[in-house]
Amino acid sequence: MPHAAIVQRLIAAHPPRQDALLPILHAIQDELGWVPPKATTAIAQALNLSRAEVHGVISFYHHFRTSPPGRQVIQLCRAEACQARGSEALEAHALAALGVGYHQTTADGAVSLEPVYCLGNCACGPSLRVGDQIIGRVDAARFDRLLANLREELP
Amino acid sequence: MSVRVYVPADTTALAVGAEEVALAIAAGAAARGVSIELVRNGSRGLFWLEPMVEVATPAGRVAYGPVDVADVPGLLDAGFLTGGDHPLALGPTDDIPFLRQQERLTFARVGVVDPLSLDDYAAHGGLVGLRAALAMSASEIVQAVTDSGLRGRGGAAFPAGIKWRTVLGAPGIEKYVVCNADEGDSGTFSDRMLLEGDPFCLIEGMVIAGLAVGANRGYVYLRSEYPRAWSVVNAALKRAREAGLLGDDVLGSGRAFDIEARLGGGAYICGEETAMLESIEGKRGQVRTKPPLPAVKGLFGKPTVINNLITLASVPVILAKGAAFYRDFGQGRSLGTLPFQLAGNVRRGGLVEKAFGLTLRALLEDFGGGTASGRPIRAVQVGGPLGAYVPPADFDLPLDYEAFAARGAMIGHGGVVVFDDTVDMARMARFAMEFCAEESCGKCTPCRIGSTRGMEVIDRIIAGDERAANTALLQDLCSLMTDGSLCAMGGMTPFPVQSALRHFPADFGLDSGEAQ
Repeated sequence: MPHAAIVQRLIAAHPPRQDALLPILHAIQDELGWVPPKATTAIAQALNLSRAEVHGVISFYHHFRTSPPGRQVIQLCRAEACQARGSEALEAHALAALGVGYHQTTADGAVSLEPVYCLGNCACGPSLRVGDQIIGRVDAARFDRLLANLREELP
Repeated sequence: MSVRVYVPADTTALAVGAEEVALAIAAGAAARGVSIELVRNGSRGLFWLEPMVEVATPAGRVAYGPVDVADVPGLLDAGFLTGGDHPLALGPTDDIPFLRQQERLTFARVGVVDPLSLDDYAAHGGLVGLRAALAMSASEIVQAVTDSGLRGRGGAAFPAGIKWRTVLGAPGIEKYVVCNADEGDSGTFSDRMLLEGDPFCLIEGMVIAGLAVGANRGYVYLRSEYPRAWSVVNAALKRAREAGLLGDDVLGSGRAFDIEARLGGGAYICGEETAMLESIEGKRGQVRTKPPLPAVKGLFGKPTVINNLITLASVPVILAKGAAFYRDFGQGRSLGTLPFQLAGNVRRGGLVEKAFGLTLRALLEDFGGGTASGRPIRAVQVGGPLGAYVPPADFDLPLDYEAFAARGAMIGHGGVVVFDDTVDMARMARFAMEFCAEESCGKCTPCRIGSTRGMEVIDRIIAGDERAANTALLQDLCSLMTDGSLCAMGGMTPFPVQSALRHFPADFGLDSGEAQ
């Protein structure tokens, strides 16, 4: 199904009110992995908002992406509790192992890397998130195993 | 009869392998022809022992942990399903000192019950508070909460009863109850644990709040970083509706109340109450100016009670056991209990619900057991990214809102992040400014611009560039951010920065005189 049709279906599943904006954006990103720029117009029309208002909301929240991510997204926790357990070393390792910076995707399109500030796993850090799974006590070796597994699982 | 086995499905338990352990136990028991009932409870909050598996025996629940998936065959061989001995055996769960020494009021059921079973909830004291509230007038409920001494657990510690009284007295038919579960502080996880381990407790607290202020609609605002909590709370809301705990006729009382869960978008600032209201309304999470207070003009312009999740989840026990029971815990003006959270570089990390008044040292040493690395503690950050760094010289400070405020620190949401002696406090100060720059909503200048300038000034101090002059500049900037910011984000980012300067000047290349 083309993106436009998916977006229309998801918009139609919500009431046409401004407070449905975040739920609609979540629904779109959950299904497509990102919020395509063309969705802005469709949402604005449905909710009787200006495109600027919708764009302003999309760009305000770190969670929403306006370009397609890699096939897997790894979010590394950068917050204090994970720093206390060595997340800076893990971060350096991850950036080197993937060869990308934050908000970038590996050349093979496999993995995107994003920073995150706290996953609520603060007694068992350093933590990262892949999809809806949170993984604790991650060191360089564990990161490498995870990455190898991710690449194996990918189509 | 089948054996009840508990394997937590809490985020932290899952993050260290609980799913694999649960699958291995189910498969192993089936292969041995033993019938088990696998309960996916919340966590007891003994995170260094997760995955912690419990077995119900005639003598009570016994625990094993931390269980690796490779330990499961050995545990089965040792007869752990009947409480058999094994090197991972921890004995009766309730006798584990970390748990036995706590005073669990708000967290009484977390890790104990099946989170999505209303029968289990009722069997463990659930709904008693709501039934009591249904027999009271709105004003009586507000009075009970006022008398209990309950203060806002999100950080600001404002008396809950006074806030509720304001909303009750505000004119209007349409009012709202909003639960702030946007637990963004690093080192905190009590909201998440309660949502994942006892979601009906929050629902009950919100219904009581609705009865107290005359609202019939509530919102729970949750973070997108908590996918597990999100799925549990939505499942719990569905079951509560099906069971008549929510809807047009709450428990057959003729009173209406329903709750909708809303998901944030990874913006720390949405934990600020007015930014959260904007976010629920479908806008950028920018802070509103006050007045008007949300209690008078809040969500969709209507009178709104906004409370932290732990505040609301503490209401059922207050109504069930009485204000006097709750107020008997704690000291001074800090009454009741607080679920403290031990995080970072700590040997025994997890959740410690205690009455206010114990010392930070007791929390760090008796419960936490020092650092995980085995090195000395150099500093702890109490109260999240906007909380002060506390040096060991202040560890005898009692955990009490006023005592902390008097030392330029705050208890906040109760998170305690431990750092060992390898920490560079100048870098932590810089990180505080960096985090503020990243997460500022941008509405006020001191926060939006000040945080970036703060990062640059700290960089210059670290680089040894005109240290004394730049330190004076940094102190000046900190006062400006404190006095001139619209909300706590810019207003309190100076806390970690100035406390790091005050207590650890050497990390900035300064002597203690220069740091002031």
